[in-house]
Amino acid sequence: MHSILKFNEYLSCDSKKTDLKKTIYMKILVCISNVPDTTSKINFTDGNSKFDTNGVQFVINPNDEFGLTRAMWFKEKQGATVHVATVGGPTTEPTIRKALAIGADEAIRVNAEPLDGFFVAEQLAAVIKDGAYDLVIAGRESIDYNGGMVPGILATLLDMNFVNSCISLEIEGDKATAVREIDGGKEKLTTTLPLVIGGQKGLVSESDLKIPNMRGIMMARQKKLHVVEPVDANSTTEDLTFDKPAPKGSIKMVDADNLDELINLLHNEAKVI
Amino acid sequence: MSVLVYTESENGKLKKNAAEVASYAYEVAQQMNTTATAVAINTEDSASIGDYGISKVLNVTAENLKPFNAKAYAHVLKQAADKEGAKVIILSSSTDAKYLAPILTALLKGGYVPNVVAAPESTSPFKVKRTVFSNKGFAHTELKSDIKIIGVSNNSFGNIENKTTANAEDFSPSLDENIFGTTSVDIDKVVGKATIADADIVVSGGRGLKGPENWGMIEELAEVLGAATACSKPVSDLGWRPHGEHVGQTGKPVATNLYIAIGISGAIQHLAGVSASKVKVVINSDPEAPFFKAADYGVVGDAFEVVPKLIEKLKEFKSQST
Ligand SMILES: Cc1cc2nc3c(=O)[nH]c(=O)nc-3n(C[C@H](O)[C@H](O)[C@H](O)COP(=O)(O)OP(=O)(O)OC[C@H]3O[C@@H](n4cnc5c(N)ncnc54)[C@H](O)[C@@H]3O)c2cc1C
Repeated sequence: MHSILKFNEYLSCDSKKTDLKKTIYMKILVCISNVPDTTSKINFTDGNSKFDTNGVQFVINPNDEFGLTRAMWFKEKQGATVHVATVGGPTTEPTIRKALAIGADEAIRVNAEPLDGFFVAEQLAAVIKDGAYDLVIAGRESIDYNGGMVPGILATLLDMNFVNSCISLEIEGDKATAVREIDGGKEKLTTTLPLVIGGQKGLVSESDLKIPNMRGIMMARQKKLHVVEPVDANSTTEDLTFDKPAPKGSIKMVDADNLDELINLLHNEAKVI
Repeated sequence: MSVLVYTESENGKLKKNAAEVASYAYEVAQQMNTTATAVAINTEDSASIGDYGISKVLNVTAENLKPFNAKAYAHVLKQAADKEGAKVIILSSSTDAKYLAPILTALLKGGYVPNVVAAPESTSPFKVKRTVFSNKGFAHTELKSDIKIIGVSNNSFGNIENKTTANAEDFSPSLDENIFGTTSVDIDKVVGKATIADADIVVSGGRGLKGPENWGMIEELAEVLGAATACSKPVSDLGWRPHGEHVGQTGKPVATNLYIAIGISGAIQHLAGVSASKVKVVINSDPEAPFFKAADYGVVGDAFEVVPKLIEKLKEFKSQST
């Protein structure tokens, strides 16, 4: 909660003369999920009980990448330390190194297979407790298992405030203004730190996403990557088997000069209009 | 021991998705030889949910629950579950439901499975089918915890009528002021127009439409069909359309009855997000566009010629059928 202390110190000075950057700094944790690249072919193996990682390229979950980019913005504009954390085995390290190359200061890997969302949230909650973070940025959902529960569960376990589907976040002192997406529009919310958000597209503009440069990659090698052992936690769900959607039946083509036929098909065959 | 379902409302009226989650809850209750109870917050017409097999409604009326607050609503549902001794809780896939579900899961130390697309495969052990990898696969998932929370995918189970009388009961949860956590200061929402989340038909435009000035025909087509409008990712990245319209793997998922893609190539990330729609129509000038492999009906042609003609034909069709 040190940012709140800093903020009070800041209030007691003459704010016009004080450089914001020097007085306030936040401690931010970005939770990173290591997921198959969006172009991956999805297959299952071991009697359809496991995702087949063969030939699959892993990346930072896109929703988390928006969050990481927003964290870098806070670091540059308002002063912040940015840590990243992931729950996963040693094979996730290239993805974490990429986050360091983009500019995160330190990384934490909880050395455990992510069993389910609740389990991952418990692991991250332990990391957050240890690190006393003011702001935790996770993704609204990861694009592999689409669970969408990690940020909300960990916020609740730690009794931190929580904004999901977050598309804009501003912070001043310990006050936060966030915009979340709602069905058919958006809602502006005010809240206070410590805060957890479930971020998504919109949090930063697409053009702000950073591709690590050579210097970043070199520097990332020197940065600390702490490996910690998991805390005791149970999973509450288990994926027993997987399967793939049935292949699509063939398409019916309609001539551009015969749109009555399209309407006829949609009305009488598909019965959707 | 009844199955609990949260039926959402807006401006005092049940939302469209309430019927589907209620139907699902009734199905689970049947499988478990019990009854289904709904929780309705600030809802005037909650009794009508009896049409979908719900035999009891807990009506919560409270000024401080306007507008939606995820944490407070999660506490309401927790208290309702405690009171009813409910072990299974059914939610929708709305943005609000997906916001409160993990909070409720943590409060109850339960298991949560979102994106469920069918009735439970069994209730002991409790197994459900859900989508994973953005609709590129399905998982058959067991809930091992005592409390089970299910998020039903939009438009996957359907509305199944089972006329019952829903006995109304007032329920006053105790909500401490400091549990709210966030304060709503502004809601910016389209009114009177279908949204991507609940529309039966979605009309979507891609980069093939060349620029934002050409969206008039997309909006007109949507209006004729009573549809919501959507777009591909580059269209929202370019600022031609608002971010809220971006659909696909990294945007909103679409699971409507009819999805019409105009000037959209059908990239894997786009298809992943829209493939749960029941019927897909593609209009594209390039016969090689990948979307033709994923659609049910296709028209090869210039959108600027096809769409205005289609609008005219649909207007004729609508005027004849009414
Ligand atoms: C990590 C990642 C995530 C992504 N997530 C998403 C996502 O969630 N959603 C998404 O949509 N994309 C996503 N993408 C982008 C995706 O790969 C494609 O680039 C994008 O979907 C293409 O959009 P488009 O079809 O509108 O444009 P294009 O691919 O440029 O296609 C335009 C189409 O319009 C047709 N056309 C041109 N002129 C006409 C005309 N006059 N009449 C009719 N047709 C015409 C062309 O034949 C072409 O097929 C993602 C990409 C990445 C890397």
